[in-house]
Amino acid sequence: MTPLSQLLPGQFGKLASLNPERGVDQRLMALGLLPGMVLKLVRKAPLGDPLAIEFGGQVVSLRLAEAENLIVDVSADCPIQRPLTP
Amino acid sequence: MSESDPGRLVALVGNPNTGKSTLFNALTGLRQRVGNYPGVTVARKSGTCDCGNGQKVELVDLPGLYSLAAASPDEQVVTDALSGNIAGDRQPDAIVMVIDATNLLRNLFLASQVAELGRPMAIVLNQSDVAAKQGLRINTALLSVRLGGIPVVLASAWKGEGVADVRRAIAQALTEQTMMKRVTWPAKIATALAGVVNDARRDTGRSLSDAEAQRLLFDAGRAQSDRLGWSQAQRDQALRQARDQVRSSGYNPMAAEPLVHYAHLRTLLEGVIQEGSVRAGRTAAVDKLLLHRLIGPVLFTAIMLGLFASVFWLAKFPMQWIQSGADWAKFAVTPSMDSMPILQSLVGDGIIGGVGAFLAFLPQILILFLFVGILEDSGYMARAAFIMDRMFSWCGLNGKSFVPMLSGFACAIPGLLSTRTIEDPKARLATAFVVPFMSCSARFPIYALMCAAFIGPAYGPGWESAVMVGMHCVGLLFAVPTAFVLTRFVLKVKPQPFVLELPRYQMPKPRDVLWRMWQNAAEFVSKAGTVIFAITIIVWALSYFPRDAAVAERIRGENKSAAETVITAKTQAAYVEQSYMGRFGKAIQPVFDPLGFDWKITVGVLASFPAREVIVSTLGVTYSVGEGAKADSQHLRLAMKDAKWQEGPRTGKPIFSLAAVLSLMVFFALCSQCGPTIATLAQETGGWKWAAASFVYMTALAWIVSALLYQTVIRLS
Repeated sequence: MTPLSQLLPGQFGKLASLNPERGVDQRLMALGLLPGMVLKLVRKAPLGDPLAIEFGGQVVSLRLAEAENLIVDVSADCPIQRPLTP
Repeated sequence: MSESDPGRLVALVGNPNTGKSTLFNALTGLRQRVGNYPGVTVARKSGTCDCGNGQKVELVDLPGLYSLAAASPDEQVVTDALSGNIAGDRQPDAIVMVIDATNLLRNLFLASQVAELGRPMAIVLNQSDVAAKQGLRINTALLSVRLGGIPVVLASAWKGEGVADVRRAIAQALTEQTMMKRVTWPAKIATALAGVVNDARRDTGRSLSDAEAQRLLFDAGRAQSDRLGWSQAQRDQALRQARDQVRSSGYNPMAAEPLVHYAHLRTLLEGVIQEGSVRAGRTAAVDKLLLHRLIGPVLFTAIMLGLFASVFWLAKFPMQWIQSGADWAKFAVTPSMDSMPILQSLVGDGIIGGVGAFLAFLPQILILFLFVGILEDSGYMARAAFIMDRMFSWCGLNGKSFVPMLSGFACAIPGLLSTRTIEDPKARLATAFVVPFMSCSARFPIYALMCAAFIGPAYGPGWESAVMVGMHCVGLLFAVPTAFVLTRFVLKVKPQPFVLELPRYQMPKPRDVLWRMWQNAAEFVSKAGTVIFAITIIVWALSYFPRDAAVAERIRGENKSAAETVITAKTQAAYVEQSYMGRFGKAIQPVFDPLGFDWKITVGVLASFPAREVIVSTLGVTYSVGEGAKADSQHLRLAMKDAKWQEGPRTGKPIFSLAAVLSLMVFFALCSQCGPTIATLAQETGGWKWAAASFVYMTALAWIVSALLYQTVIRLS
């Protein structure tokens, strides 16, 4: 179990838990990022923050500090649902 | 549709980046009305849409959003508008969901929430051409059946395809009252929702709709419930009970809504989409370049320099034409009024000057919004925010604050208008508050005059340019801590998390970009324009009256042998001195004495409050070198160098000492001397409160910093 903020660019992970009481997590849930969903850390911004993550065929940016509370499982079998490259 | 016949109201709802506004423009043509929702700075755009069968409906384009969870003002407005809770606005007779065909699941989440309102609905799968290119096949007939028989149509508003089908779908939704299939809530959540409705009826006597009950139960915000007249204690108790009930079913109350909706939608979509083999690789490839660690910032800098150069230099030409046009109008009109000098001056300096004053902002506004429109519609704006966010997040702003602040270095007005691109209300307000600190081009003349007259000759060209550059940084130096304190300690607005979609790149549609550019300019002219005009007239009157003919005769008598131009200049100076403005300036000169300003500078400062660039020409008048003095006027420089204190402890010493020169420049760097900025700030923040706060804060700050600077330098030298 790893905080999303520690993923390396290009690495996949399965969302294990989020904190529904937080505004950021509510936003992400509305966008379809729910526990069990596979996501990919696409890249970090040139200054290292924010991050760009991909899930459900969309790329979304969120700040490093906000990504710390999102726990992902990197060891899970992670075939991303709709990868951007074949 | 005539104004007296309200007709049917149809709302266009959808996620951002779905091409909703493009579809709106295609459906309504350019017959649109733009207004504001009461009490908030959210625009209400509506137009007339022909449903194809001759039936005309009013179509309203609601702000793009991902969820009805009423966290931001935009979301609140959409939720209220769809529930018919906006004063003076009807509840829509039908709702058209605009959905990105390439991301059905996420887009349908909002549709599924909207379905809970129980209004007739239709679904437009927009950008179907992109979906087709990706090899996505959507079985619209099956989707329609699964959604309860509501019309589902494919369209590409960008290409103008399927727009007629959308019109038919609207007509069908209205005539057949097609309702979208609603989610089935797990039993305990359904009980909890019923409980909220019952408790509200018991406490307030009002029957909540299902959608209202859901918003109360699932949203942490309280804005919704305030209007119901439900006391906080009673409401909190009812919601605590209901949420406990949700929790007992194994759901977190804050997560239940997306979990249930998404599970419902996944089943609905089974077999509807046939995934293609071709992936949308182009956006990812472009991002690899545009968001590259090294190349990304370089390209970003190049794009932003291009934007700034256009607003700064390109706009100068049309601004000069407007100025020449105003001058021409003045010379064409005023000679016919020679017999009535008051009217002549009112028309020439007041009215024509006032109209010219706000028209001069238009080129910059139009050019900036052309760029902003292209950046937004292409998808690059989100990337720009992504690149810049780190530099702004620590002081409470976000990456989207960059473009407004950059344009502020050309002119605060377009900068303020472009804060509309910031979704987070807190960051938007804070950005608008600090944009006027950026060293705009109207500050340039006074810096140029002072540096060329006093810094250059005394300390050499090196120091002259150093001071010029320094002056451009002073504002920024104070803006950053201001933003920090404002967002940290002052603003009570709830900040929004910076969750930003990086949408697919797309070619901007010229009609949409030009149309939005025009709408922004028109709104500026109609709202801020009238205020700017009024301010110009008031300042004209203050520096024109009273105008006693005896003054001119006295000057003429005192300077019998002088040339006519000298007499004219001295007469003007004398008139300004005894005008209301001049008297006021003399009276309050002691206030500016700690800054090293004599009464002439004080009058110049006062006259510059509506527009700071007039300081140079006002100094020209008060120092008797005539109207129309420019920053490079040798006469003005000499007159200022010769100026000495006439009374007080500094008698005989030059007024423009190094301390006074620096103090004057810093004062102009920080002071709120721009009527249009104040008017635009009021327009963009939805009231005069923040405009007044900005005026007081900047002016007080300018006074304090300049006074400290003057007193320090005077003691050191």
